[in-house]
Amino acid sequence: MELQELKAMATQVRRDIVRMVHGVQSGHPGGSLGCTDYLVALYFKVMQHDPAFHMEGKNEDVFFLSNGHISPVFYSVLARSGYFPVSELATFRKIDSRLQGHPATHEHLPGVRIASGSLGQGLSVASGMATAKKMNNDQHLVYALTGDGELQEGQNWEAIMFAAHHKLDNMIVAVDYNGQQIDGATKNVMSLGDLKAKFESFDWTVLTIEQGNDMQAVLTGLEEAKAHTGKGKPVCILLKTEMGAGVSFMMGSHEWHGIAPSDAQLDIALTELVTTGTIGDY
Amino acid sequence: MLQDYTASSEKETRAGFGDGIYELAKQNPDVVALTADLAGSLKLNNFIKDFPERFVQCGIAEANMIGVAAGLATAGKIPYTTTFANFSTSRVYDQIRQSVAYSHKNVKICASHAGLTLGEDGATHQILEDIGMMRMLPGMTVIVPCDYNQTKAATIAISKIESPVYLRFGRVKWANFTKEDGSDFVIGKAQVLNEGTDVTIIACGHLVWTALEAARTLEAKGLSVEVINMHTIKPLDEEAVIKSLTKTGCVVTAEEHQINGGLGDAIANVASRNCPVPHEYVAVNDTFGESGKPVQLLEKYGLGQTNIIAAVEKVIARKQK
Repeated sequence: MELQELKAMATQVRRDIVRMVHGVQSGHPGGSLGCTDYLVALYFKVMQHDPAFHMEGKNEDVFFLSNGHISPVFYSVLARSGYFPVSELATFRKIDSRLQGHPATHEHLPGVRIASGSLGQGLSVASGMATAKKMNNDQHLVYALTGDGELQEGQNWEAIMFAAHHKLDNMIVAVDYNGQQIDGATKNVMSLGDLKAKFESFDWTVLTIEQGNDMQAVLTGLEEAKAHTGKGKPVCILLKTEMGAGVSFMMGSHEWHGIAPSDAQLDIALTELVTTGTIGDY
Repeated sequence: MLQDYTASSEKETRAGFGDGIYELAKQNPDVVALTADLAGSLKLNNFIKDFPERFVQCGIAEANMIGVAAGLATAGKIPYTTTFANFSTSRVYDQIRQSVAYSHKNVKICASHAGLTLGEDGATHQILEDIGMMRMLPGMTVIVPCDYNQTKAATIAISKIESPVYLRFGRVKWANFTKEDGSDFVIGKAQVLNEGTDVTIIACGHLVWTALEAARTLEAKGLSVEVINMHTIKPLDEEAVIKSLTKTGCVVTAEEHQINGGLGDAIANVASRNCPVPHEYVAVNDTFGESGKPVQLLEKYGLGQTNIIAAVEKVIARKQK
């Protein structure tokens, strides 16, 4: 996909996110909207992956979502990549759905390789997959996404140490660096300090994407990150995003972390998210 | 027949694990061993020497080890995680629950130094709640082999089932009496060691041998004692339990575990729904352990041969009321 198509897809994914969360009056729109451009870039441009879906992910790039609460963006991107029918997005968080509140393998939803939701576990799982790819001489990459507040979970730092020690230079971990978490700004809840220095002191290569909601900036940052793989160190992207990006009234605070828009708010959001081209709502 | 069982040697069950995974690694190139700084304690030395490319050292970071294993399993490997039983379960329960059990990953959680027979290290390390925690998890297979030979056989056998497994063993030198080739071990199939009609003793782990010794004493007193080695606690061989309890009409369960949540409760669950009979527990009575020699601890906390005999006499008296 070219830049304009990627931008259009990101807008469509944002429409999916607000409609899914509105439809069940439950879910997490804020972080989903913030990570939309990154996930669209990964699934529609950067990753080599097969929507026919093979759990083992041999000879393809593999993505793990650690901050599982942003399942709306994950599901939308998977559906629109062809992993499962787009119409299934309407079942999100409803009874008998494969689209659980947090991603799960239990219902066999194509594209999901691990359950996530209880925070702090995804980097470990991604490290296991990256280790397996090394054992198999598989040159493809492992991508993972974690929240910034999520880094308060100690298991992440175990994984960060592990990945450096085992020279997992086939792994790119993005931190959704929006500075927000449920109880407020991360700097007030539990300061993360200098994340760049922290990752570097653990012997990772660290890049920053300053405009994590600008598709061109995301693409450029990802290309740079890929160029750093295979050089003995795992790669971290500090992805600066805005929670709620694309929907004006959801931006600028943590308040839309985990609540759903009303009918009137949905209308405003959809007015702001205007799509072009042939894609359309589910 | 009880006299068929003689201890060919005294060996640690953890050595059965180490020898089992080494044999298995020769047969199956997908087997990977992970440890959290306890490779020596889990007897992985031969594995590491001959298969260094399939050994993953995780350092003292068990939560990460479980996640790494889940990632390896996702990729089609058969990861065996190794550490002490308390660090294999209570310390990492949420990681096991979400990344392994709920995600149905083919991870083999191999746990040594379980129970009181850990000995001198004391209660911080003597986990007595692990069977309960692990059997509560949907889809988890829970196996507690009784001796060296059986631990070796189980270590190999679990590679052949596509399921998360909790394999529990220990550090103490203990009677080794099951078949050397492991042919008497089948996952999910209760092992009836002795047939009897007056009482059923169902045991797991180290207490299987204790149960056999108790049965010998009881048979000398004229009782007919059925002894079952319930090495697989989940999925439980319900048919074997019902068959035996229906025949004998009473049961004693014996385990190196808390009275709550373990083998005894698993048996009580089956019995209460199918064939309620008088039941006595030989287990740790809702307390923590302490430092001491393994046999001293088993005696002090009520897990000795005399405790099994007393429980049998009590349960038979209840049956006759």
